[in-house]
Amino acid sequence: MSAKPRRAAGVLAALTAVALAATACGGSDEPAGKDAKNITLTISANSIVGGKNSAGAEWIEKWVIPKFVEAQKAKGVTAKVTFQASGVDDEQYKTKLALDMRSKGGADVIAVDGIWVGEFVQAGYLKPLSEVAGNQVDSWEGWSQIPETVQGLGSFENKRYGIPLGTDGRVLYYNKKLFARAGLPADWQPKSWQEILDAGTKLKALPGVTPIQINAGTAMGEATSMQGALPLLVGAGGEIYKDGKWSGATQPVKDMLDFYTKVYGGGLGDPKLQQEAKGRDKSFAEFAAGKIGILAEGDYFWRSVVNPKDGIAKMADRDTTVGYAMIPAKQPGAGIRGQDFVSMSGGGVRVLNPNSKFPSQAWELLSFMASAEAVKAELAGAARITARTDVNKEVLAADPMLNFVAEKVLPLTAYRPPLAVYPQVSVALQEATAAAASGKSADEAAAAYQKKVEGFVGGPGNVTS
Amino acid sequence: MVQVTSPPDEVVEGARPVTGASPAPAPDAAGLGRARATGFLVPALVLILVFLVVPAAWTIYLGVTNYRLTGLAAAHPEVVGLDNYTQALGDERFRTSLLLTLQFVLGSAVIGQAGLGFAIAFALRDRRGPLRRVVEGFVLLSWILPSSVVAFLWIALLDRDAGTLNALLGIPGTAWLLDHPMLSIIVFNTWRGTAFSMMLYAAALENVPRSHLETARLAGASTWQQLRDVVFPRIRGHVLTNLLLISLWTFNDFAPFLITAGGPEQRSEILPVYVYKVALSGGELGFGAAISFIMLLINLVIALVYLRMLGRRKEPA
Amino acid sequence: MTTDTAPVPTTEPTRPTVAVRHLLAQIGRYTFLCAILGFFALPLLWLATAPFDDTPTVTASLPRFTLDNFRALLDNPYALSSLLNSVYLAAGTAALVVTFAALAAYALSRVRVPGRDALLYGLLLLSSIVTGTATMVPLFELAFRLNLIDSRLGVILILSGGLLPAAIFILKDFMDSTPTSYEESARVFGASPLQIMRHIVVPLVRPGLATVGVWAVANVWGNFLVPFLLLRGPDKAPAAVIMYTLYTEGGQADLRLLSTFSLLYSLPVALMFVFVSSRYGFRFHGGIKR
Repeated sequence: MSAKPRRAAGVLAALTAVALAATACGGSDEPAGKDAKNITLTISANSIVGGKNSAGAEWIEKWVIPKFVEAQKAKGVTAKVTFQASGVDDEQYKTKLALDMRSKGGADVIAVDGIWVGEFVQAGYLKPLSEVAGNQVDSWEGWSQIPETVQGLGSFENKRYGIPLGTDGRVLYYNKKLFARAGLPADWQPKSWQEILDAGTKLKALPGVTPIQINAGTAMGEATSMQGALPLLVGAGGEIYKDGKWSGATQPVKDMLDFYTKVYGGGLGDPKLQQEAKGRDKSFAEFAAGKIGILAEGDYFWRSVVNPKDGIAKMADRDTTVGYAMIPAKQPGAGIRGQDFVSMSGGGVRVLNPNSKFPSQAWELLSFMASAEAVKAELAGAARITARTDVNKEVLAADPMLNFVAEKVLPLTAYRPPLAVYPQVSVALQEATAAAASGKSADEAAAAYQKKVEGFVGGPGNVTS
Repeated sequence: MVQVTSPPDEVVEGARPVTGASPAPAPDAAGLGRARATGFLVPALVLILVFLVVPAAWTIYLGVTNYRLTGLAAAHPEVVGLDNYTQALGDERFRTSLLLTLQFVLGSAVIGQAGLGFAIAFALRDRRGPLRRVVEGFVLLSWILPSSVVAFLWIALLDRDAGTLNALLGIPGTAWLLDHPMLSIIVFNTWRGTAFSMMLYAAALENVPRSHLETARLAGASTWQQLRDVVFPRIRGHVLTNLLLISLWTFNDFAPFLITAGGPEQRSEILPVYVYKVALSGGELGFGAAISFIMLLINLVIALVYLRMLGRRKEPA
Repeated sequence: MTTDTAPVPTTEPTRPTVAVRHLLAQIGRYTFLCAILGFFALPLLWLATAPFDDTPTVTASLPRFTLDNFRALLDNPYALSSLLNSVYLAAGTAALVVTFAALAAYALSRVRVPGRDALLYGLLLLSSIVTGTATMVPLFELAFRLNLIDSRLGVILILSGGLLPAAIFILKDFMDSTPTSYEESARVFGASPLQIMRHIVVPLVRPGLATVGVWAVANVWGNFLVPFLLLRGPDKAPAAVIMYTLYTEGGQADLRLLSTFSLLYSLPVALMFVFVSSRYGFRFHGGIKR
């Protein structure tokens, strides 16, 4: 049995080598098919009518495609645009995209998470927009409307690969009714971690109330990193990746983990909830039911969870009961860049597939989808922080919370490194928070974390400690 | 009491030297001939070669590279020799995962599915009619329903706050999936896969002449003695096949991921779940492929152990 | 009267003991069967109640009856067509697996091939790798090179390749346990091997073919990864893939849709099983052994 696979493996190795050689000599200078009269384009996004992110899928099918086809028709071009709906786990969607692009296939316009851009570029799946679609990219009107930091979501090593869809920010939500009962102010804004813990201690006196919910552990996945570990890390002045090195058991990492031990070791949080597969859903339900005092979440929570209209854990009295505050640094001035307050952000990006047969028209479609008109149509009356300042000015005015995020939080925020090993480092970080939440000391958890990270990133040389 | 069951057993052993349903078939009864037999084999073998052996060999090759789906290693994969293997074997997470997998196979396949499947088949052996059909129907239903559905059913059953089980037992708040993750997935997989063993043993028990069981029973042998001395020698071959298949299937079963996702804190992270996390979530396809190959080797060892224990079926008792 | 019973005083006392024990065994057996029934039925309870509940929770409870969930599901443009897609994939794979496995198993059973068992078990082991996550890149690349991306045939071929070894393994033992005398006489009357196969062997092993067919269908019916990776767009996606889309942006399950779809998704396999088992019998005739 051993000989046969080995021979087959040899053949396969040869095949793979040929395939790699073939991929190496692709690419062209001029956008192909620029003047074609018959074009076909495909849009891919992880959304599906009747399922995940249904509204987004509907917008593409019922608004974007007809409008775009119409506009092309006016130019004498017959366009056939199809939408490849997906609607599965992000990891699975990402895998499928990578497999498609690896074999020079895939849709022309693809929606991705901003954090995948770097790894896709490194793998050779993406090329800079101006290389794919030519000079028209740089003269697009939209760039002036998208703040530099947000443009960063679609960039890698100072080159643009896609147009961001929007962004978000993390804050601390709190229940004003519980705060009143615990003798805490209605307009709460903690200035240090200690003030969060102090508020938690007061909330602890209320029966049946979990004072603080800071996501921990691997069950919550990336929600632990984005809503817990990373905001705390930047609050202690640390960055997960800086100057080509990953953060090991540095002091900020230890501080972050120490905060977890204080919350969960001090009886201020519910450690069990962090382990449950549906723990995050439960934390939403408990907050909506007035059983959680303070909850760290993104603006998604406000828009889609406790939204009295169509949230998944509706709060009829959201506007009066739910308060929000910026996440403080450990002490004033201790955050990254010397900040008093911090946050983390992410967001989606639409990219161009370099293998598109009609790259120029694909860019037209992509930029059309990011036009002010299209973005407003996508929102369909709902408020969300889009990439475009002009749209935000119009739609966010009606929602003080989102306005708060756009005005106060986004200028302070930080982003994750868009590198292929980040997901693994993130899991290691989540495991460290799990250890801290279940009683291990911060030093112990940090040491174990550093060991894992060294394994992922190619030895201690790439890790700071 | 103990000795009584031996004599009839020996009589049978003498009368029918071959255990099982029928004597081995005469070679080439249909006049197939080598050439035509090969013709019969070719369609299946071609399909297996192209869609099974090739990807499997390819996977084994990936196991000696640092291949990833994204990032720099996707553009320029390197052959790293046995690094993945040494890394896996030296990794505590892998070893823990292997131990959990063995627990899972022993608990849910060998004890759970085979044990329960046999018990049901034995209890139903001389039953016909609605009772047998209903019991078999439910057992088989749990086998053929899609895993994403049954996984959700079990999450609903075992939920900490609102689960049906806690509601029935009157113990709300018992977090089965958190406090007993391995037990939960072992019971789940027993529920899921017992049907195969039940069917197999039901068929096997038809090979045990009822008169012999009757004789043994009238002679006062306990159920256990009947099983050991009358039943087991005749179904030894079936036990072997059954254990081989269900152990293999259970060892590679991914369904527990849908219930516990390997958690909490990797306490139910069996090897298929580990590979999924490494290869899909972590993106390390080369490493994941290496672990898959190690899993294959362990499966081989398990198979050899079974063959040694149960293989020589003509040996005198 | 007393003289009649005199010759058997030694066995007489044991008879009631045996009867009592028999009775106890019967009681024990029925108790056991009831417990089994409970164990296997309990998890399924939720599937029977939640789809009809207007606000389903994870607890199985008497529903506040409504059919709105089914109506809501019908609004989903892919729900029903995905079931049809599953039927295509499952039927295609099952047909291929049953036909090819039967032919191969028959040949292996009737003609001695050296190293046959080792070969079969080796293939069985390989099939366990290929169903894992780590093979997705080779499978995808293979399908790509054979131009089978976005093709139902590609999914059917790949799934068949994975299921065939176990199917041959199971069927070969069925073939082994059928008597060869009919085949011999048919051969005397000049029947070709394929005719013998069709008219003599297949009827004999029909329950086995049915069992393997149902097993193949159930496997395809639940397979997510292969159709997800190989098929493009939801128009061809089977129910296993659509099932995963019934979650919200944040990953929360929409219990109303999910429970209802689960039921619809489960019904075809359940009905097929009932049909097959009543028509052809569903069991391992004679059992499989090595």
